[in-house]
Amino acid sequence: MANLEQLKFAKSHEWVADNGDGTFSIGLTDYAQKELGDLVFVNLPAVGDDVTAGEVFGDVESVKAVSDVFSPVSGVVAEVNEELLDAPQLINEAPYSAWMIRVENVGDTEELLTVAEYDAFIAQGE
Amino acid sequence: MGHYIPSTREEQQQMLDSIGAQSVAALFADVPASVLRTEPLDLPAGKSELEVRQAITEMAGENKVYGTILRGAGAYQHYIPSIVTYITAKEEFVTSYTPYQAELSQGILQSIFEYQTMICDLTGMDESNASLYDGATAAAEAVAMCRDRKRTVALVSATTHPDVINTIRTYCYGAGHELRIVPQQNGQTDLAALQEALTDDVCCFYVQQPNFYGQFEDCQALGEVVHQAGAKYIMGCNPIALAIMKTPAACGADVAVGEGQPLGMPLAYGGPYLGFMAASAAMVRKLPGRIVGETVDADGQRAYVLTLQAREQHIRREKASSNVCSNQALCALTAAVYMSTMGPEGLKQAAVQSMSKAHYFARRLAEIPGVQVQFGDQWFHEFVTTLPVSAEAVLHALDAADILGGYPVEQGILWCVTEVVSKAQLDQAAAIIGEVCASCS
Amino acid sequence: MQLIFEKSRPGRGCTILPVCDVPEVQLPEQLKREQPLPLPELSETDISRHYTALAKRAHGVNDGFYPLGSCTMKYNPRIDEEMAALPGFTGVHPLQPAATVQGCQKVLDTAKAYLCEATGMDDITFQPAAGAHGEFTGLLLIKAYHEARGDLHRNKIIIPDAAHGTNPASAVMAGFTVVTIPSNADGCVDLDALRASVGEDTAGLMLTNPNTVGIFDSNILEITDIIHRAGGLNYYDGANFNAIMGVVRPGDMGFDVVHLNLHKTFATPHGGGGPGSGPVACKEILRPYLPGCAVAGDSAPKLQVKGFYGNFLVVLKALTYMMTLGAEGIREACEGAVLNANYMMSGLRDLYPVAYGQRCMHEFVLSLEQLKKETGVSALDVAKSLIDYGMHPPTMYFPLIVHEALMFEPTETESKETLDEAIAVLRALYELAYSDAEQMHQAPHHAQIKRPDEVQAARHPVLRYQR
Repeated sequence: MANLEQLKFAKSHEWVADNGDGTFSIGLTDYAQKELGDLVFVNLPAVGDDVTAGEVFGDVESVKAVSDVFSPVSGVVAEVNEELLDAPQLINEAPYSAWMIRVENVGDTEELLTVAEYDAFIAQGE
Repeated sequence: MGHYIPSTREEQQQMLDSIGAQSVAALFADVPASVLRTEPLDLPAGKSELEVRQAITEMAGENKVYGTILRGAGAYQHYIPSIVTYITAKEEFVTSYTPYQAELSQGILQSIFEYQTMICDLTGMDESNASLYDGATAAAEAVAMCRDRKRTVALVSATTHPDVINTIRTYCYGAGHELRIVPQQNGQTDLAALQEALTDDVCCFYVQQPNFYGQFEDCQALGEVVHQAGAKYIMGCNPIALAIMKTPAACGADVAVGEGQPLGMPLAYGGPYLGFMAASAAMVRKLPGRIVGETVDADGQRAYVLTLQAREQHIRREKASSNVCSNQALCALTAAVYMSTMGPEGLKQAAVQSMSKAHYFARRLAEIPGVQVQFGDQWFHEFVTTLPVSAEAVLHALDAADILGGYPVEQGILWCVTEVVSKAQLDQAAAIIGEVCASCS
Repeated sequence: MQLIFEKSRPGRGCTILPVCDVPEVQLPEQLKREQPLPLPELSETDISRHYTALAKRAHGVNDGFYPLGSCTMKYNPRIDEEMAALPGFTGVHPLQPAATVQGCQKVLDTAKAYLCEATGMDDITFQPAAGAHGEFTGLLLIKAYHEARGDLHRNKIIIPDAAHGTNPASAVMAGFTVVTIPSNADGCVDLDALRASVGEDTAGLMLTNPNTVGIFDSNILEITDIIHRAGGLNYYDGANFNAIMGVVRPGDMGFDVVHLNLHKTFATPHGGGGPGSGPVACKEILRPYLPGCAVAGDSAPKLQVKGFYGNFLVVLKALTYMMTLGAEGIREACEGAVLNANYMMSGLRDLYPVAYGQRCMHEFVLSLEQLKKETGVSALDVAKSLIDYGMHPPTMYFPLIVHEALMFEPTETESKETLDEAIAVLRALYELAYSDAEQMHQAPHHAQIKRPDEVQAARHPVLRYQR
């Protein structure tokens, strides 16, 4: 489990981790997975695809809903977490370990929040 | 009151009083007065059941139901066992809706699950959906499954049924994608032309087996060429022929579709029929329409549900893989009951007898001077002959003997024979055709 | 219950076909099937019992109240089925000479006359097999119309956010971009949002009226006029036609094209999910683009959405129904549907808040948001509890703009007693939610199965019998 203090958060409920090697991991927040419920499938991009800050890079399916996942950063997909294709429940079980994609050549980023700011943002919404 | 409305005038007044409305008209207060009808529709008055029965039965009497049918071209007369008609008329099957509520729809769900299994067994493919409208729409939906961002052009063999080509063309027109026809040579897909047509923007190739002229295509060779070019391979199959033929899976198909009407559905002036569709496991999430899956209930008992619903329009809306909502569930049930009744041996018999009788008829026709069977002898239960006289003359003479002759095509006539036609009927038809040809030449 | 495959015994079968009376012809080796054909081997008794058991595990319209919103589960008259089984119709090949199918042609012509009059349209195609198929077809007519006029930049279809999911899906299949407009506080079209969204790229509007919250949009003439002035065409989604037939016509409200669901409004059965029939009726301006049938010799029709002429026998059932009802019966059916819905709604609204409006048309939407907050009992729990009372649940969680939505459509063929009973059950369930929520979370208790594990079904799809 990642240290939440080291993560950044997007208002569209994704988290970003700086891996320190020029790549950034992206996943869904705990709040997002709870709202979505039991996930049954994850659609991921291919390695080498471009992602753009604020735009959709994949989606996650629960039984009765589908939800787009937005990239908080612009860059190129370096790696996708193929484990999720067989076990989407990993996102429900450990959302901050279950990264979806790793992005390199990162340029723009969206306006990102700290964990405290993100918690406050959610509290505001509710 | 009648017309299927149980409430009496008195009860209706009680209901109006209860909701505090002056009249039924008051319930339509939101309809602008300028378009609210004060006059009834300009239609005949309602009729009693007896009168309607007489009127409709009279219409049925204005159709001709032929004693012998030698025409196919996409609609095939096979024997329908009595139990098929009986079971599919059960009102629980007939009057229920799509099984959204699994807890009181296990019978419908299980019947679809069994149908999906039978379609997989018949085609050899991994997974099947719960049905589509007909063979032509199944073909068009299959093409849409194969398209991606880089590959958008669809190829279809010229030997495909014209309705299927036209339907695929219409769906491509809708999506704004291109359709190209691969030419035929001697009644078969031109393999060299296909190779040439397989550019790197091609998403798929569709071939019909047996094709519109009844001819067998070399589906394995076609599939290899298609896959070498990185495109997907779709086969449209006759389900009766599949009982004895190499499966689309064995030919390398990524998607197998077909017109399921021969599996127990009457000719019925073109519908309702059944579109079946099965795909490789890799493409299961691209399947359009309903899919039933097995699971367990809260007590751990085996149960069935509609599944993979996040593909569908009611959830994914404009991003859905297809807009299909209603399908042809009762026709799928019909096909399942038909296949269960025929069993593996019975279905093979239907195929072998159709083919054998068609070939017998072709030999009889070939004895007539001026009649030639086109495209060789590699065909199932349909074949084309030339004629020394007009097709019209031949069909007219057959009609007089209560026989529906074949479908007129450019080269002559496309004949079809199924297991329901007896040798005696074929001999009679051949004799009539012989006479017409002799008298006119 | 066992699957049909589990009942199979090698060597069993039925005697259906005679011995072949001509020499047998064999397939060439390279074309022969190599895989086994594991269809079940059963006696006729086995088959009959199996499907009778399955039928007992289904809930049809005749098994009890079926208020599934937006689906119009009215009674399916038996005479319609009997007429569609006449050999004079079932035995007709679709490619017979015209002179031999005069009866079928009369069926289609008569049905056309009824439906064009009921919709206020000029022509019709019966080729579409279902409602969504009709939407796709109707939108293609709009596309072909603009193209034929050289108006090539009209690529947007405007759809309210409360629309059926098929609307946006069909629009995309027809090559359009979807512009979603919000509903206003009454659940109707927000006129300002509509005005702001139209322009030179507007191809048309897709609308159902009454809308999916059961309200007739009283601004309808203004709405269709806004689209026409912008150069677009108006598409009427006929899913809710039962609420207006005989009372007001789409053609008089400014619509140019409409699809009908014969399997909803015109009493043909749903068959566990089909076959339906989704004919598309249109104004004169769209007639040139109606689909045809290539193999029937229509000279190169621009459009064809299916083989042959559509689900003919379904059209025949609908015609039987329309001839029975006649002009006054069609209106009475509509009025009965609206009366029943309002009666049922008024019996519930003090406990279950109605999403929008004081009156409804043929259906109404309740929001259980408050109930869920107070008791934890959801719309799903209430729906599943109805099963134990022999009723089919209403449509759940639709439209998406209403939280914890339950959508009821009682139809005109239900009696006052049935409605009273349903009202009483729903009121009792409301009480139960406060006294024993847990019992409702577990419902149904007396159905064929307990609640199924849909998550497992989707995560690990098993879509066929595993031998």
